[in-house]
Amino acid sequence: MEVALSFVVGVFFAVAIYLMLSKHIIRILLGVSIFGNAVNLSIFTAGRLTREVPPIIPEALQTPEVATANPLPQALVLTAIVISFSLFAFLLVLAFRAYQELGTDDTDGMRVAEPEGEPMPPLGY
Amino acid sequence: MAAESIDISNAMVTQPTTLGDWMLVAPVGVPILFGAILLMVRHETRLHASVAIAGLLLTLGANAALLLQVLADGPQVMTMGRWLPPFGISFTADVLGASLSFVAMLVASVCALYAMKDIGTTGRRYGFYPFVMLLMAGVGGSFLTGDIFNLYVWFEVFLISSFGLLILGSTERQLDGATKYAILNLVGTTLFLTATAYLYGTFGTLNMADIARKAEAMRETGPLMTLAVLYLLAFGMKAAAFPVNFWLPASYHTPRIVTAALFGGVLTKVGVYALLRVLVMLFPVERAELSGVIAWVAAGTMVLGIMGAIAQSDIRRVLGFVVISGVGVMLAGLALGTETGLTGTILYAFHSVLAMTALYLLAGVMKGLGGSYSLHELGGLYRSYPAMGAFALVLMLAAAGLPPASGLWPKVLLVRASLEAGWPWLSFAILLTGLLTTIALGRVYILAIWRDRQEVAPAGEAAIGRPGFGYTSLVLLCVPIILLGVYPEPFIRVAAAAAGGLLDSSSYIGAVFPVEAVQ
Repeated sequence: MEVALSFVVGVFFAVAIYLMLSKHIIRILLGVSIFGNAVNLSIFTAGRLTREVPPIIPEALQTPEVATANPLPQALVLTAIVISFSLFAFLLVLAFRAYQELGTDDTDGMRVAEPEGEPMPPLGY
Repeated sequence: MAAESIDISNAMVTQPTTLGDWMLVAPVGVPILFGAILLMVRHETRLHASVAIAGLLLTLGANAALLLQVLADGPQVMTMGRWLPPFGISFTADVLGASLSFVAMLVASVCALYAMKDIGTTGRRYGFYPFVMLLMAGVGGSFLTGDIFNLYVWFEVFLISSFGLLILGSTERQLDGATKYAILNLVGTTLFLTATAYLYGTFGTLNMADIARKAEAMRETGPLMTLAVLYLLAFGMKAAAFPVNFWLPASYHTPRIVTAALFGGVLTKVGVYALLRVLVMLFPVERAELSGVIAWVAAGTMVLGIMGAIAQSDIRRVLGFVVISGVGVMLAGLALGTETGLTGTILYAFHSVLAMTALYLLAGVMKGLGGSYSLHELGGLYRSYPAMGAFALVLMLAAAGLPPASGLWPKVLLVRASLEAGWPWLSFAILLTGLLTTIALGRVYILAIWRDRQEVAPAGEAAIGRPGFGYTSLVLLCVPIILLGVYPEPFIRVAAAAAGGLLDSSSYIGAVFPVEAVQ
C-alpha cells in the first residue's frame, strides 16, 4: 500500500512541478495547490498505513494490544491542509487583484516593480 | 473511576510549570495577545501605535529575561500540554534562539515607533499594527520552538502576516512584488514541509532534540543526506541564498519603508537561523559533506548580491541587494562549521538585523527630507541636514564592515575562520564583498548626501521636511550598532555561547530529556 501511494505522490510532484514551470500565474497556482496535496499525501504515507484496527485500549492495559494507525501524521496533515488552504485562498485573491491592476497573468509581462531598461545610477557628479 | 490507579508519570510531566518557564512562551504569547487586542480596537486607530509599542516592549522585556536565564542556566524547555518531550511540542530556548529573538524584538519595537508617523490612518485601519504583532509572534515562535513541524507552523504564521504587510496600500508595484514574493515563499515552505514529511517517515519523531540524539544511529540506514539537501534548499530559499533569491529584489522595495525595514532586518535571518539549527545541530555529518556546496553558494550570494546593488539607482533596491549579500556572508560561517566560523555567522546575524533595519529606516528619512528614493534626484542633504549625514555614515560603515561600527568583528571572525580552514578564496570573497559594499553604499552617500542639490525637482511630492520619529529610531538602532563595533566582547561571548550550543548539542538534548526522565 505504501509503495502504491508513493507512486501517486511521485505523480503529484511531477504534475505540480510541471505546472509551476509555466509562465502563467493561474497555472503556477494550480501547481502550488497540487504541490501542497502531494506533500500532504507523503506525510500521510510517511506515518505508514494501518487499516481497520480500532485504537481502543483494553481496561487492564496501558497501551493498545496490536499496532493501530499512527494518529500523528493525520494531525500533521490536517494542520498542513488548513494552512495551505488559507494561503491558497489568499494567493488566488492576490493573483486576481494583480490581474485586475496589471492586466496580465503572464509573468514575463509583470515588470512593474522591476521595470526593464531602468537607467543606470549616475556615473559622476 | 480508575484514574487513581494509572501512573501518569510515564506519559506526562507531573511537576507544575515554574514561573520562569512561562517566560519561554512570552515572546510568542504576548504578541499574539496584543495582536488580538489590536483587532478588537481596530476602529480606534489612534490607540494602535501605543498598544503595539507597549506589547512589543513587554515582549522585549520578557525576551531579555529569557536570554539572561538561558545564559545563566543553559537551555530552557517547556513542553505543551504536559506531555513528556518526544510526544508534546517542546519550546526549547538556547542562547542562539533567545538572543536572535531578542534582537528581532528590539528592531520590531523601533519599527513600531517609526511607524507612528509613517503609517497613517488608512494603513492602520487595514491592520498594519496587528500584522506586525502576528509577524513577530511567528518570528519569536520560529526562534524558540524545539519541534520541527512547529517550526513550519511558525514559518507560515509570519509568512501570512508578511503578505498582509507587503500589500498594504495595494499599488500596482506592490501587487506585482507581492505575487512573486508570495508564490516563491509558499513553494519554499512547502519544500520545508516535504523535507519534514520524509524526516518523520525516517525518524518517527519531530522533536529536534530527539532527532539530534537519534541521528547517529540512523546514519547507517536513513536517507539523511536527502533530508539535509532538501532542508538546505528550503531554508536557502527563505534566507535568499543565491540561486533561489530572486523573490527578494522583486518585492522588498515595494512596501512601506518601515515594512521593508522589518522584513530586511528580520525575515531572512529566520531562514539563516533554521539552516544553522537543522544543518549544524541535527545533521552535522551531512553539513560537513555539503560544506563545499554551501561555500560556493555563500560566495555566489555575497558577491553577486552586492554586484546587484551596484547596478541599482533606487536606494531601496540597493538595500535589497545588500541584504542578500549579507546572507551570503552568514552562509560562509555555515559552510565552515567551525566554532569561530559559526560565532562569526551569529554575530553577523545580530549586526545584520540591526544594520539593515536602520539602513531602510534611513532611506525612509532620506525620502522624507529629500523627497525621493532615486539617486538621480537626491542631493544636497548634507548641507541641509548634517545630523542625517552622520547617521548615514555610521550605518554605511557598519554595512560595509568598517570600524567603528558593528560589521567589522563578525567579518574578522569569518575571515580568520576561513583562513584557518584552508579556504583563502572564501576569505577573499568576504573581503571583496566588503570592498564592493563600500563602493555601492559610498556612492549612495556621495550622490545623495554630498552632491549639490539637483536642479530637477523630485517627481514625487515635495520634501516633507520632518522625519517624524526617524531620528529617534535611528539613534535607538545606532547605539547598539556602535556598541557592537567598539565594545564587542559581550556580544562575541553570547555568539560564541550560541555557536558552542549548536556544535555540542548535549546541553540542548539534556534540557529536553533530563536523565531521570529517560530512566
